[in-house]
Amino acid sequence: MSEFLSENLPKFSSVLSVIAAFFIILGLIFAIAGRANGKKARPIALTIFLGPALVLLLAGLVIPGVRTILFSFMNPDSNEFIGLGNYQWMLEDPNVKTIMINTILWILVVPLFTAALGLLLAVMLDRIKHESIPKALLFMPMAISFVGASIIFKFVYEFNEPDQVQIGLLSAIVKFFGMTPSDWMLSKPLNTFLLMIIYVWTQMGFGMVILSAAIKGVPADIVEASALDGAYGWRLFRNITFPMVKGTFIVVLATGVVGALKVFDIVRTMTGGNFSTNVLANEMYSQTFVQFDQGKGSALAVILFLLVTPILIYNIQSLRKERAHN
Amino acid sequence: MKRKGLLAVTAAAALSLVASMVTVTSATAAVNCDPYAGYKSMKGKTVTIFTSILEPELTTLNTAMADFQACTGIKVKIEGSNQFEALLPVRVKGNNAPDLAWIPQPGLLAKLVETGKVKVAPKSVVANVDKYWSKSWKAYGTVKGKFYAAPFGSNMKSLVWYSPKQFKANGYTVPSTWSEMTALADKMAAKGQIAFCGGLGSGGATGWPATDWVEQIVLRDHGSAVYNGWVNHTVKFSDPRIVSSMEKVASWMQNPKWVGNVKGIATTTFQDAGKGIPDGKCMMLQQASFYGNIIAESGASISPTGDAFAFYLPATNSKVTVPVVGGGEFTAAFASRPEVVAVQTYLSSATFATSRVQLDNWISANSGVPLAAYKNPVDKLSATYLANPKSTFGFDASDLMPAAVGAGSEWREFTAWFGEGKSIADVVKAIDASWPKS
Repeated sequence: MSEFLSENLPKFSSVLSVIAAFFIILGLIFAIAGRANGKKARPIALTIFLGPALVLLLAGLVIPGVRTILFSFMNPDSNEFIGLGNYQWMLEDPNVKTIMINTILWILVVPLFTAALGLLLAVMLDRIKHESIPKALLFMPMAISFVGASIIFKFVYEFNEPDQVQIGLLSAIVKFFGMTPSDWMLSKPLNTFLLMIIYVWTQMGFGMVILSAAIKGVPADIVEASALDGAYGWRLFRNITFPMVKGTFIVVLATGVVGALKVFDIVRTMTGGNFSTNVLANEMYSQTFVQFDQGKGSALAVILFLLVTPILIYNIQSLRKERAHN
Repeated sequence: MKRKGLLAVTAAAALSLVASMVTVTSATAAVNCDPYAGYKSMKGKTVTIFTSILEPELTTLNTAMADFQACTGIKVKIEGSNQFEALLPVRVKGNNAPDLAWIPQPGLLAKLVETGKVKVAPKSVVANVDKYWSKSWKAYGTVKGKFYAAPFGSNMKSLVWYSPKQFKANGYTVPSTWSEMTALADKMAAKGQIAFCGGLGSGGATGWPATDWVEQIVLRDHGSAVYNGWVNHTVKFSDPRIVSSMEKVASWMQNPKWVGNVKGIATTTFQDAGKGIPDGKCMMLQQASFYGNIIAESGASISPTGDAFAFYLPATNSKVTVPVVGGGEFTAAFASRPEVVAVQTYLSSATFATSRVQLDNWISANSGVPLAAYKNPVDKLSATYLANPKSTFGFDASDLMPAAVGAGSEWREFTAWFGEGKSIADVVKAIDASWPKS
């Protein structure tokens, strides 16, 4: 105990003093900003409030971003320009081709299933008795990290020789129905989809909660009015509910796309990127931190960035549209 | 106001309590400090070591260093991580380097030296290494003519794990030549037993056991010159000699008669691969000397008559005498404070190696360690071969190749070779293509 304290006390006190310093500085800034008046008030307020954010943005985003783009044109040690070599490697290497196909599959399949299943669950569970219980259960996997979820699914996908006892859930189920289980992580292209199931399992609860809130936000008078006009069940959903939660549905989709692009933990834990299941983020990590090729790693990061950009643009545009409506 | 005063008093009391707890020091046990007389007392100093070595070995290492720590007052803090190879460069680049690191890859050492953060070995360490290690070992800790890192532990990869109890029950004898080994495997197959088990799974490093198998055969078939040429890529993977060695590996570890489910090897973790040895679920596994630690975790006894033991993987070519593939760690320093130098010197001494060897599984290529000090028979066996003057020693090739190959395409392609049935021709083509051009 005393050892624990003696080791960690300085750590805690330094953390506390940093937090205190942060609030003191913040307080000073606000005090100064509050005192300014007259013509100069606006420019002073702008610099004080936007300045720190801009500096942090520059240091945390713009500079690293530019450096990554520069590194992508350089050799593994980032001390010599090699032109488009790293991008040429990406076009020519057959492994990168598999990686790109897998990443695109992840972007197409995962968000759609996460959002669709989330919506389905939200609609089905809406206004049933004890709604919060099944919802809490479905939301719980969200609290598990991807690595944790992957370890759970390693047991689900565990495979033994067909003549032996199957301890893996999936293999056991398949065997129960009289079929022969196979080594799931080796079965192409099924293995990639089996990995996606892990993502969907952890994330659909998120979609469900967000969409459920949106459904509850549909005004009751509209629902009642349409019921009077004879809209029930599917018609009510298609003509009233879905159009009214469409915006939220798209947000869930977009979150899913960004998440699928960044997926790394699941692939690394389950297959290490082997057996044609590799994805962009995992290869970026391997190139940069295992094979020490900062050039190729950065080039992959740039591609990842380019793939996220359209979604960012779309999100900003829809935000603007919403503002215009209000 | 009164409340506040009370609060302050309680806070002060709590703080003084904490302070008194901190100042309590443990009484030192009676320790023979004679071997450490050469080191100055440096009470209260701490030296951090970062390593890929994990529990339970970390505890044993700490025990081996206990006397040194008690006598010098230096506190050694060892931190192990299975992401060591990825984290260390990040920490070094981020100016958060440990004082010392046990680097298992000479290639990684060379990369780190390029950053300029690795300290050249102090004189006391150079003296120890010159005295106790062979020139070839010193060469592995040297980058561009400058000596940086003293050898630490070493391991012997040319071993085959088996169960003496199972062998006795089945009437098998340990093979001493390659043809004896294949004949034995055929005998086992005829009985319906799995002759060889294997596993390539190792998280982000999946595939490395297969690189070991190929290294064993390349060194055995062709000797040092071809082996070292292969490491430098003057002998390509597509070279007929390497291809023929890979074919030999395929006829051995991809022989369905001997291994059962070939593809399953790719998805089995290397730790799980040998679990069946004590109960005869599989009979033999080619793995390094450290593997005894893994088998022993399940409570199996490791001895020449026990649940598991190892024999030397036989040679394949009479012209290559006592081929041994091995590896080891090297102690690199990122600081040159006196206490760091003291720990570095101690770690390269025969005193440390002997005290570590006496505890359990560990091998040092330090010639100052008497063979009798080895408590563990497997380590004694390994040390015998590692120290054999006739031996043809090859440092783990994948550790010496550029990381893009040795920690990249070779792992990936060999895993595909086993798991996806990729042809040798395609595998060697892909690896050769991935070799960095410079």
